[in-house]
Amino acid sequence: MTMPFYVAPEQVMKDRAEYAQKGIARGRALVATVYDRGILLVAENPSGTLHKISEIYDRVAFAGVGKFNEYDQLRVAGVRHADTKGYAYSREDVDARSLANLYAQYLGQVFTHEMKPMEVEILVAELGNAVRSTQLFRIAYEGTITDEVGFSVLGGDADAIRTRFAEGARADWPLKDALGRAVAALAGADRVLRAGDLEAAVLEDTGQRRTFRRLADEEVDAILSD
Amino acid sequence: MGLPLFDPVADPGPDFSALVRRSGAPLPTVTEGDLNLAHATTVVALRYSDGVIMAGDRRATAGNVIAHRSMEKVFPADRFSAVAISGSAAMATEMVRLFQVQLEHYEKVEGVSLSLEGKANQLSQMVRTNLGMAMQGFVVIPLYCGFDVLRGVGRIFDYDAAGGRYEDADFSATGSGGTYARTTIRLGYRDSLTRDEALELAILSLYEAADADSATGGPDSVRGIYPIVATVTAQGYEQLADEDVAARFDVIIERRRGANGNAEGTLR
Repeated sequence: MTMPFYVAPEQVMKDRAEYAQKGIARGRALVATVYDRGILLVAENPSGTLHKISEIYDRVAFAGVGKFNEYDQLRVAGVRHADTKGYAYSREDVDARSLANLYAQYLGQVFTHEMKPMEVEILVAELGNAVRSTQLFRIAYEGTITDEVGFSVLGGDADAIRTRFAEGARADWPLKDALGRAVAALAGADRVLRAGDLEAAVLEDTGQRRTFRRLADEEVDAILSD
Repeated sequence: MGLPLFDPVADPGPDFSALVRRSGAPLPTVTEGDLNLAHATTVVALRYSDGVIMAGDRRATAGNVIAHRSMEKVFPADRFSAVAISGSAAMATEMVRLFQVQLEHYEKVEGVSLSLEGKANQLSQMVRTNLGMAMQGFVVIPLYCGFDVLRGVGRIFDYDAAGGRYEDADFSATGSGGTYARTTIRLGYRDSLTRDEALELAILSLYEAADADSATGGPDSVRGIYPIVATVTAQGYEQLADEDVAARFDVIIERRRGANGNAEGTLR
């Protein structure tokens, strides 16, 4: 009878964390920030169709970095959860917190029980209204959930981008300033990012039920060159 | 309510109804009986130069009693289409709710909207699913119209109780007063009506339906309840303000008052 080699649990967790971190670090980063009229989400993404940022519900958006098929599976599950909940109860009962918790539970479970951890980092953003506040929940590959204040940075090189972005970031700045700062932070000192390299969307109140809106390349270019 | 994740081979895809069925939500079952349930009544749709107009009265009846005076029977199905209902109010409003979520669910999961024809077929399947209930008296007959963004035209679809889907070239009406409304539109219809002309014709058709059918509500100036009138164009779904609808009814009422309630040979 063959016996498996003993590997210390600490070592198993460390290996898995390293594996997931490596996968996430290979991908491009994403910034989400509050501005005077809503929430802005910007990602470095040369693809115009494989989205990192998506609509989950009327006031809830999803963003993911890392392995596309893995975070996209989570996005679809989020849409399903939100639509089912809103249909069974009421549209007002759908919120980011409960969805973020579900994601955290799932990612935590995969991290400890499955062969391979998910190489993703995700964000659930909710635009506040009269009774609920604006919220940004970042969920890491192992299920750690963070309630972010003002802004959040996900993906490869997040620490450096966070430092660059934090300088002068405000909650009441206009969209133009927020977008400019986010793009500059994503690019760093020696790169220039154009609209074609980016994916941007906002959650903003315009009197409609659905608040999610993608920013077209022309719109992003116009704001950046202004 | 857990995170709805599925194996790739058993994934329901963008189909919200399939998702609801899989989650085991119970469907109502009915035994035969003599129930006085609320019924919805006259809804119309017609094409005009910019797209389509949809309008519906506000009365729901249960037997010979007015059950509800301000019921809404015209709804935005999504940004570029509208759905109106006649038949059992309870089943119909629930069908509309499911239909609205279904269209939005597809759009969010797939990242693109269904084609107008795809949406019309979805509704057809929902009506067919309701056939068992229809046999027991809970019939739902919707009317569907929208702006086909690929072809740049307004299109109208009507349905029968078994889910049959029929596209109408110019106009359609359904519900207990539908016959009167359809006849009125037929007499006044021509190609490329302007927005104002089409609105007048839609409102006139509801006026005539309410005039002849006891289960169709007319304009209620005492309570300030007016039929719901909406346009669907390249700019999307837009509902007219009550004051606008009221003013258009007032024009008709004023003309008829001077003519003993008759149209005097002109369709006005």
